[in-house]
Amino acid sequence: MSYQNPYTPPRKSATFDDYTMAEIRRAAATGIYDIRGGGTKRKVPHFDDLLFLGASISRYPLEGYREKCDTSVVLGTRFAKKPIVLKTPITIAGMSFGALSGNAKEALGRGATIAGTSTTTGDGGMTDEERGHSEMLVYQYLPSRYGMNPKDLRRADAIEIVIGQGAKPGGGGMLLGQKISDRVAHMRNLPKGIDQRSACRHPDWTGPDDLEIKILELREITDWQKPIYIKVGGSRPYYDTALAVKAGADVVVLDGMQGGTAATQDVFIENVGLPTLACIRPAVQALQDLGMHRKVQLIISGGVRSGADVAKALALGADAVAIGTAALVAIGDNDPHWEEEYQKLGTTAGAYDDWHEGKDPAGITTQDPELAKRLDPVAAGRRLANYLKVMTLEAQTIARACGKNHLHNLEPEDLVALTLEASAMAQVPLAGTSWIPGKGGF
Amino acid sequence: MRVFDLATTPLRELNSALHTLAPGTNDTNFEVVNPRGSHSVAVGIDQPVVVEVHGSVGYYCAGMNDGGTVTVHGSAGPGVAENMMSGTVVIEGDASQYAGATGRGGLLVIKGNAASRCGISMKGIDIVVQGNIGHMSAFMGQSGHLVVLGNAGEALGDSIYEAKLFVRGEVKSLGADCIEKEMKPKHLKLLADLLEKAGIADARPEEFKRYGSARKLYNFNIDNAEAY
Repeated sequence: MSYQNPYTPPRKSATFDDYTMAEIRRAAATGIYDIRGGGTKRKVPHFDDLLFLGASISRYPLEGYREKCDTSVVLGTRFAKKPIVLKTPITIAGMSFGALSGNAKEALGRGATIAGTSTTTGDGGMTDEERGHSEMLVYQYLPSRYGMNPKDLRRADAIEIVIGQGAKPGGGGMLLGQKISDRVAHMRNLPKGIDQRSACRHPDWTGPDDLEIKILELREITDWQKPIYIKVGGSRPYYDTALAVKAGADVVVLDGMQGGTAATQDVFIENVGLPTLACIRPAVQALQDLGMHRKVQLIISGGVRSGADVAKALALGADAVAIGTAALVAIGDNDPHWEEEYQKLGTTAGAYDDWHEGKDPAGITTQDPELAKRLDPVAAGRRLANYLKVMTLEAQTIARACGKNHLHNLEPEDLVALTLEASAMAQVPLAGTSWIPGKGGF
Repeated sequence: MRVFDLATTPLRELNSALHTLAPGTNDTNFEVVNPRGSHSVAVGIDQPVVVEVHGSVGYYCAGMNDGGTVTVHGSAGPGVAENMMSGTVVIEGDASQYAGATGRGGLLVIKGNAASRCGISMKGIDIVVQGNIGHMSAFMGQSGHLVVLGNAGEALGDSIYEAKLFVRGEVKSLGADCIEKEMKPKHLKLLADLLEKAGIADARPEEFKRYGSARKLYNFNIDNAEAY
């Protein structure tokens, strides 16, 4: 009787997994790092790691569908003569015309307007279409100052000074030449077809003391009418929030590393910045320490996908959230309807992230007029409005179950964490205990 | 002529008056006294007003000027005439850093020196500096003209796009992708016009050298990585 060794399956390295080795081969073949859109794809502690407790003997729930749960939010109450009043605390994050097609920008404006919320310009300036289709439009003031002019500043409803974004805190941008149409080139005062580098630092101020003076200038130019937001990437949320307040912001926008970008190095997206969950409590703490919680509003973004995420962000102390990637998905990004074409591009629906190449089958992240035509801005706007309304209803459902008649009445005490990491970051107890790492309990 | 004494009048009143001119008014001349380094003096002008500022100003004087004529009889702090759209701004003294930053049009004349990053990210503005300019000037300059009668500091025109630079004196060093270029007759004519617009009679275009983009960094190439 002969003995055969038992079969031993081939074992792949956890360190050198298939993706890692493929990336090494890609870098060796091309000599360039991988650039892509979107936010981090790695798994990080997130809202999924939190649960609401709901009502019980000691907490009295509200009756669904009958007892009101308010969702309105007012942004810019600190200094602006004309604060922004939103029906839902879910706003649309900054995304540029250039990165997105004109139809996509129009769809975002239409959807946000139906849902009673704001949308935001991006690096590249304001188009007439997005102004026309957005009842409330936030105008980003970026380091590149592409398309920046005082007329648009005055026709905006709020101004967002962008210092960083979650996908790349400390990074600038690059709109590659293939997406530079005549119109994009004209708006950015640059020749057609060349790569457009967006600086990572503002050209005319450095540091928080200068920023305070810059905000004064913007307020004087706009006669103190407009709320001024400061957007930062998740990095040092306690100090960034405190400095934004000190500099005179009406609103702080804090974007975690799940927040998307139009085009950035993959190594940057995956290795720089904090998860959204890790940003919220330090920022809220800074506001509370300064006596400014609810006086300077906090908008959280980066990986918000559902009403549950909205409710969790608000329970941790945010006043509102912003969505970018989720809004693009709602209007049609990465839709399996285009699977055949995603396959031709070497990818699949759900994984397509070469937004910088301008070949988006869904017609969203492109300047190709034929591809852009595929997106009907009216129908896509409706989809976004539906999605925003569903998220709002979901958040209300949870808030009512927790006995809250306004989403802002949600609080950390309504939450528990499923993991130690989430417990430490969100500073809510591990489920079934009263223990928060670093805070004691049992 | 309306006079605003910033020693006794809030800045808000000055800027508000500049933004709310009655339609068709010919009362478009303003005088500002005792600015004493105030920031944001005469910002956001959107009408063809004339503003004379007697004294030195802080940050962002004449910021985003669109059509006004602003003269500072003194020196200016950082970011003077930043993002100017049109009009004229004249600084009789020196200007601090970021003078004319991201300017899209109009003319900025600095009769003294300008510090670092003069004309940073310029997008169409014309800047004429009668003295010297500091380092990293015209960084990422996209379009417009920077004329310097004196010397330029280190890394002039770093990562420049299509802005045109003319320097009469020495250039300490050129930034990435910025090179000296041939001064063609059309450039001499252009420069002569700029000097005339700035009211400068004692400089001849032939005394200047022209600098601009080598255009090697316009589309990313890994073999140029050392330049970034």
